[in-house]
Amino acid sequence: MAAIGGMNSGLLAEADRYIRERFGAATGCESEIAVPENSFDVRRKQFSSIAFMLALTQGFPGGADRFIGLTECDLFIPMLTFVFGQAQLNGRVALVSLARLRQEFYGMTPDPELLRFRMKKEIGHELGHSFGLIHCADRGCVMSLATSIQEVDQKSAGFCAPCSRRLPPRSVEPEIEGKQA
Amino acid sequence: MKTNWQILVADDEEVMRESLAAWLAEDGYQVDTAESGKRAVEMARATDYAIYFIDLKMPGGMDGIETMMDIRRIRKDAPVVIVTAYATVDTAISAIKEGALEYIVKPCNPQEISLLVERIIKVKNLQRENAILRQQLQRNYQYRDVVTKNPRMQEILQLTAEISSLRSTVLIRGESGTGKELIARAIHFSGDRASKPFITVSCAALVESLLESELFGYEKGAFTGAAGQTRGKFELANEGTIFLDEIGDIPPKLQADLLRVLQERCFYRLGGTTEITVDVRVVAATHKNLAEEVRERRFRDDLYYRLNVIEINIPPLRNRREDIPLLANHLMERIAHEVRKDIGDISEGALKVLLDHDWPGNVRELENALERAIVTCRNHVLTEDDFAFLTAAKAQKGWTVPAGMTLQQLEKQAIIATLDRTQGNIKEAAGLLGIDRSTLYEKIKKYEIERSGVGA
Repeated sequence: MAAIGGMNSGLLAEADRYIRERFGAATGCESEIAVPENSFDVRRKQFSSIAFMLALTQGFPGGADRFIGLTECDLFIPMLTFVFGQAQLNGRVALVSLARLRQEFYGMTPDPELLRFRMKKEIGHELGHSFGLIHCADRGCVMSLATSIQEVDQKSAGFCAPCSRRLPPRSVEPEIEGKQA
Repeated sequence: MKTNWQILVADDEEVMRESLAAWLAEDGYQVDTAESGKRAVEMARATDYAIYFIDLKMPGGMDGIETMMDIRRIRKDAPVVIVTAYATVDTAISAIKEGALEYIVKPCNPQEISLLVERIIKVKNLQRENAILRQQLQRNYQYRDVVTKNPRMQEILQLTAEISSLRSTVLIRGESGTGKELIARAIHFSGDRASKPFITVSCAALVESLLESELFGYEKGAFTGAAGQTRGKFELANEGTIFLDEIGDIPPKLQADLLRVLQERCFYRLGGTTEITVDVRVVAATHKNLAEEVRERRFRDDLYYRLNVIEINIPPLRNRREDIPLLANHLMERIAHEVRKDIGDISEGALKVLLDHDWPGNVRELENALERAIVTCRNHVLTEDDFAFLTAAKAQKGWTVPAGMTLQQLEKQAIIATLDRTQGNIKEAAGLLGIDRSTLYEKIKKYEIERSGVGA
């Protein structure tokens, strides 16, 4: 795991704990990766998710199975106004942006607890894609498509039974976290 | 359902097409990409995509609109979404006018594009489901319900298959309940017109004026109560088949109008001045002997010859008794399933009752009798007791000698009825009548009984 462009160490520790628990994998936290040059779009005032994914691919740590980047930068792909994150489907690299997971992005009072919960969902979702999972029709499953922060909040941080079965055996967590209201 | 659908993204900008493709792939779609309009058209030729995302501005002499038009020439109903960075009203109108399903401006809100894809796929799923149901319906109407081992019926089925894709008019003759409409549907649904309308008109059910407006439609104000323009059955059946049931009951004036439609394939709506041309296959049916009706001048001979291009005579059930056990079992299975009764067999005694009955109402009567027996049956097997109503009705009806008939007339009737029952088999008929074959031949000659007509 690596932070791209600086991040609160408490959040990184929380992400690390979640990945260990959820995927049963040892997580190594790489030193911070710099925000890729020319990734900022002046007109959109956002960062290119594709440039971030490229930076992760190029900096892939030896011996790792997966490499996930966390960033505070607001990300976009050319076709869409924003993305919460991105992953290579059946690949090794994933990326999550915290920018739109923060309450303050929507003009509301910061809520650190809610931010951590949302972050875990997005990490689970993007890593799920890297294990070949596609969007799930079960609106409670973490693999369901969320195109707004409301939809992120509607789903749980757990994988539904069929999605769980498709994760590698050593990664399956028997207990599924409760749904958030 | 998603993974079965393929999407094509055509954009000259690699980052644009690959990022959209990756985003759609996460949703479970199989996504292909094309770097130019030309390539997109080539790919559309090879694969029938569920959605085409096409960028409006692509270099190389083929922009998004031209690409879409070429694709729609190959795939008539291709759902194309035109994508552009710079929205103008003119380009949007031009895209939609040329057949684009949607016109979106990038960057798009993820929710917007997700809903758009969901909507298109929902329609594609419904279209696929519809096609499957249509296929099932066609199979249903082909030969599933025409159960027979009778050689005459098998000949009819073969003829039905051979003529299904022709436009020639067909005249189906047969007693009530022999399955004339079933054969008409089989002709329609196994031919080229299967995906087009099959319209039924019962000519006996309507009075002349109503039948006329029913067949040809009417203009607003054509008669009292004609509040708006209405299309007739001939127009509704355009490119398909019109089934004119009980054609023998059509009034003389309409016979003339119908003749004109059959000859010219065009007509006027009631009160209308515009000639309407249609491409309709006519299948007509009657329980009457139309040749006889022509002789009696109740039916126009020119219309009869127009209708009688291909004639199908369906034999009554009493002339194909070998089909009774087969039909009874087939219908029992279907009806028991429909009325949710666990009945799996028909006893030999019950079959004997069915075989002995004359079935004046033909297959329809057999179907009704089975339904009645199944509904009241308390076991898993239908027995003769379940068909007691058939024997009771027969006993009640009894046999009465028509007063005023000579003994010779009675003898003639007895011979005709027996030959009818044995389907013209002389040996069997002679045995039933208790006379030898040569005597039967003599009597057939004496009473001028037409053996060719037997079993028709």
